[in-house]
Amino acid sequence: MAVGTLRRAPLKRSKPWPETWVAAAFVAPAALVIFLVVVVPLARAAWMSLFDIELTRPGVEPFVGLGNYLTQLTSAGFWDSVFKALFFTVVTTVLELSLGVGLAMLMDQPMRLRWVLRSLVILPWALPTIVNALMWRWIDNATYGSLNALLTQVGALHDYVPWLSQDTTAMWMVIIADVWKMTPFCAILILAGLQGIDRELFEAARVDGAGTVAIFRRIILPLLTPIILIVLVLRTMEAFKVFDIIWIMTGGGPASSTQTVAIYAYRTAYQGYDFGQGAALGYLIAIAIMLLAAVYLWLLRRTGTTTS
Amino acid sequence: MTRSVAASRGIAWRLLGTATAVLLVVSACSSSAATPSPAASQPAASAPAAASPAASAAASAAIDTTTPMTLNVLLMQQAAYSAADITAMDAAFTKAYPNITINVELVSYDSLHDKIVTAQVGGSGKYDIVLMDTPWPAELAKANIVSDITSKIPADFTSGVFDSAWTAAKYDGKVYGVPWINDTKFFFYNTDMFAKAGISTAPKTWDEVEADAKLIKATGVKYPITASWKQAEAVICDWTQLAAAFGGSDFVDASGKALFNQGGGLAALTFMKKLIDEGLVDPASLSQTEDDVNSVMSAGQSAMALNWTYGLSVMNDPTKSKVAGKMKVAPSPGEGSVTTSGVNGGMSLAVTTTTKHPNEALAYALFLASQSSQEMDVANALPMWKASFDNPAVTKGNPDLFAAAKIQFAGLVARPVVPYYTKLSNALQDAIQQTLLGKKTPQQALDDVAAQLPTFQQ
Repeated sequence: MAVGTLRRAPLKRSKPWPETWVAAAFVAPAALVIFLVVVVPLARAAWMSLFDIELTRPGVEPFVGLGNYLTQLTSAGFWDSVFKALFFTVVTTVLELSLGVGLAMLMDQPMRLRWVLRSLVILPWALPTIVNALMWRWIDNATYGSLNALLTQVGALHDYVPWLSQDTTAMWMVIIADVWKMTPFCAILILAGLQGIDRELFEAARVDGAGTVAIFRRIILPLLTPIILIVLVLRTMEAFKVFDIIWIMTGGGPASSTQTVAIYAYRTAYQGYDFGQGAALGYLIAIAIMLLAAVYLWLLRRTGTTTS
Repeated sequence: MTRSVAASRGIAWRLLGTATAVLLVVSACSSSAATPSPAASQPAASAPAAASPAASAAASAAIDTTTPMTLNVLLMQQAAYSAADITAMDAAFTKAYPNITINVELVSYDSLHDKIVTAQVGGSGKYDIVLMDTPWPAELAKANIVSDITSKIPADFTSGVFDSAWTAAKYDGKVYGVPWINDTKFFFYNTDMFAKAGISTAPKTWDEVEADAKLIKATGVKYPITASWKQAEAVICDWTQLAAAFGGSDFVDASGKALFNQGGGLAALTFMKKLIDEGLVDPASLSQTEDDVNSVMSAGQSAMALNWTYGLSVMNDPTKSKVAGKMKVAPSPGEGSVTTSGVNGGMSLAVTTTTKHPNEALAYALFLASQSSQEMDVANALPMWKASFDNPAVTKGNPDLFAAAKIQFAGLVARPVVPYYTKLSNALQDAIQQTLLGKKTPQQALDDVAAQLPTFQQ
């Protein structure tokens, strides 16, 4: 058999899929999962919010239209919990952001053992919320809490204060616990932003006679604006729907003074078993959060730093 | 912008997902909830009322002793009838019924009601037996979660168990549970602090409590009384007990009209506020549960408190308490013509409507509630059998506690057994705390809840 007569049969190549088909095939499993776990429950919740559904009254579910929404929007309890959530959101976000910027600036300074400082700072954030909440509940305990012990020993207090039993102090105690836990999160994100700033800008400013405050105000703050806005978006949305830390520390008390809107929704849906109202509340909370987010997005766009 | 939108959507999904996930299963299982009770269609089980499950087995023709089966049981984590106690009881039961496997799930009290409702109505309906608190039979019976077992209760249970224990298991004249725990809040006091103030006996009325507290405060005890008045069920239990002492044992009348905003209920709340204002009750009580009360008393910080039975063993435990051996118990004080009062803290074991083994489930409940099982751990839980209180072998470990219980168990008052109890309780918790913090007068706070009553009743 002559070598020259050997011929390899040409490979049969199927016609390649159009690129969009390939992309769709890759995306399809994830899209299906998202559809099942996000879209379907969301649609179901929207549907249920139009009915008067109580779990302990099976079989009787009259259609009420927007009645559940109107009931909540005209309920003093709902608005009271919204204002409490807003108060918590504004105070914690401002404090966490301010302290976060300060901490980030500190961690950005060249110093020995900087990595130790960074590791220590991140510890509160690394703690599970339930651990953090229980820890602060013990610290704030009126009888044997370390806060009262410390403040009386340094002479700041003459008498023990029942921090979590007074409507005037309970919310502040919860805020402190949240700030202690979430400030590191803000600091780490802002530190990342700080490290992206060209150091030559600082040197040039110093050559031009700018002081530390001027450098912070004129260079650092404007360049950090995009990251600060992102931190604001994330923290605002998280804070507005706060549940776990408050539930563990105070259960929404005393006298509902720490009952934020998420706790109010929980009580309605899971203690009152009023699932129609609960679903309506879920939507109202989601709409409120989206409105808050929209404000930030508008601000982002205004600064011209939108990522889109 | 993309990232922010995605983030906001994520938040919304998470919030909504929690609610909708439950809603989904609710709808999916609504048909099972509406199914008529299997128990109702079964022949009555002459389940073991006797101490020995083996003897009971012989007498229980309706109980399947051959087919392997598992009973899923939802109970509560507690000092009385601890996991170890229940394991021992289960071992005795399954020895008599080797074909039955008992699968016990223990949850905290705060989760118990939610778990029952969501699992049985909105979930798999997997439980054969659930533990019910006193106010729940109405709600759970109306929601068709628990079975009517009126005709299946053995005669010796009906006559041998305190009447007050049955009120924890009844609604509308029908029995929905086998009484398992009979408890109330007793008056615990520190004998050292009392002696230091020159007081030799426990107070018999709440006026005496107030007077004794002032004497003890004068000796340097900052807050002589500590209480579990957190915005939770705990504060309702204390208020109910006080309301009964002040002559008000009913929350609502037969027509559903509020009674709690007058008479005993109003007097009790006014008295609670007075104790706070006089500096006799620790203001930290507003964030305390019963476990916190045990801690404060065990630390020797206060002289007196109301608490459940298990409190005494905790406060007198030398490994946990600085005042071990100094704590004594007395019947809860009365007022005027009322000699004592007690909130009904009993719980009962209910056979669910979804169980496939109603006779066996009832047999298990009756075995747990049998006199011998009840007498296993009398340090943390008092038996609900009258005969146990006359048995020196049982009472010798704590005669004072049994003496106090015998008096209080004779006249326990129940929190209202109404289908809307959870909503009413939540509103009352808030109202009581509003009063104690001075934001509303007792009358105003209770009237506000009374005004909401028609909404709850819809």
